[in-house]
Amino acid sequence: MFSASDLRKGLKIVLDGEPHIIADFQFSKPGKGQALYRCKLKNMITGSQFTNTYRSNDKFEKADLEQRKMQYLYNQGDEYHFMDTDNYEQLFLTQEQLGTNINYLVDNMEVEVLFFGTRPIDISLPIFVNLLVTQADPWARGDTSGTDTKPITVETNYKLQVPPFVEEGDKIQIDTRTGEYVTRVKE
Amino acid sequence: MLNLEGLHLRAALFRSIRSFFHNENFLEVDTPVRQPVLIPECNIVPIRAGSLFLQTSPEQCMKRLLARGCRRIFQICPCFRANEQGRQHLEEFTMLEWYRVDSDYQDLMTDCEKLLRHVFLELSGPRQTRQPIFGSRLGTMFLDEPWERLSVGESFEKLSPVTLKTAMLENRFDEIIVEHIEPHLGISRPTFLYDYPAECASLACLKPGDECLAERFELYIDGLELANGFSELTNPDEQRRRFLKELELLQPEHGEMMLPERFLEELGGIEKAAGIAFGLDRLLMLLLSEESIDEVVSFSAADW
Repeated sequence: MFSASDLRKGLKIVLDGEPHIIADFQFSKPGKGQALYRCKLKNMITGSQFTNTYRSNDKFEKADLEQRKMQYLYNQGDEYHFMDTDNYEQLFLTQEQLGTNINYLVDNMEVEVLFFGTRPIDISLPIFVNLLVTQADPWARGDTSGTDTKPITVETNYKLQVPPFVEEGDKIQIDTRTGEYVTRVKE
Repeated sequence: MLNLEGLHLRAALFRSIRSFFHNENFLEVDTPVRQPVLIPECNIVPIRAGSLFLQTSPEQCMKRLLARGCRRIFQICPCFRANEQGRQHLEEFTMLEWYRVDSDYQDLMTDCEKLLRHVFLELSGPRQTRQPIFGSRLGTMFLDEPWERLSVGESFEKLSPVTLKTAMLENRFDEIIVEHIEPHLGISRPTFLYDYPAECASLACLKPGDECLAERFELYIDGLELANGFSELTNPDEQRRRFLKELELLQPEHGEMMLPERFLEELGGIEKAAGIAFGLDRLLMLLLSEESIDEVVSFSAADW
């Protein structure tokens, strides 16, 4: 159990049976009055945000969260299937749960699946992933139009801007935190 | 953490405060930081130092000095309060307290106006230019104008979604103050919020003619609470009753606390007095235009 004085930005607690992360936190205490702990909370399952104020005697259950290394297998419509490589157990998360993470998922990729109790709620990807460029307009050497990037599509159908020298068939590294191009990789 | 310039400004502030009180014939005193017994306050958790406590305020020692014959005293000292950490709170912070006999809370409000004008003028250069000092959050707040005086009752009528009576009944007084009232105080000029419900003042004397209220006030500038002052309760029997009530409300983390018997014994020796505690780190936040109190001290928890 946590007490109100343990509340900090980033702490994960259970409210109404669901895990919440404290997105912002402010301690206040009006002159000789009681301590108030004002929190902006984010539901880790639905993503919804709200604010609430707690007092010293409030208690909180620690969110029982666990990460397990799993392999991404395939998607079928809205469902993205993963497998635990130790016990071959399979499960899926929905597109809604995965959000923009689906831009970087390729078959057999290793990811960390976040469980709340026994329920998978999110995944975390490697910070950098290497993806194949499946569509890119050729770069006309000597092009002086002044643009220093061009749009391309990678194997997951994700579209992003890259330097003009990137060509179809190249592998590029993408930062999954920002969704931006990092470098071209040789394999 | 303060840079070199900030350290100079902090020192200039302290120097200016001392010069004000010396001009006003206050005696600077220093009292023990470690004390065997504290004034019991249910919302303030002390930090222990061996078998002693670190002071949460120099209040009891300074009042005992009044009983010993001091008439006007001030002190700048560190105070310690457990679990108080945030943008406006440090577990170890610097307090200015001053006490004066034959005075009441109105006199303290006047002191505050004179003190801050003195400090601002001394730190901001020639009177004619009146430039905002440092990176001041005060902007062009006109310090010569009479400061706003707003009673707690009026503030609830103007700003609170519920009445003061409801707030007290539902134990929501502090919450309403923080969420609905404080953000509007001291915006175009400093505000004294005064006449607190009697329940919110363990050491203040009650208002003659209206015993539901205590002669206590808080000073706010730019929504930030800076000081808490009151006409002192000097009746030892009444003070003992209030302390006993406070003891019942202590949290488990307070541990066992005793009553400050010598303080109660000597309190009767003071006829009439008023005293105030002023947070100097907060004042520096305003002067330096810092949103976080960690930025106005030489070392904060993050610097270790």
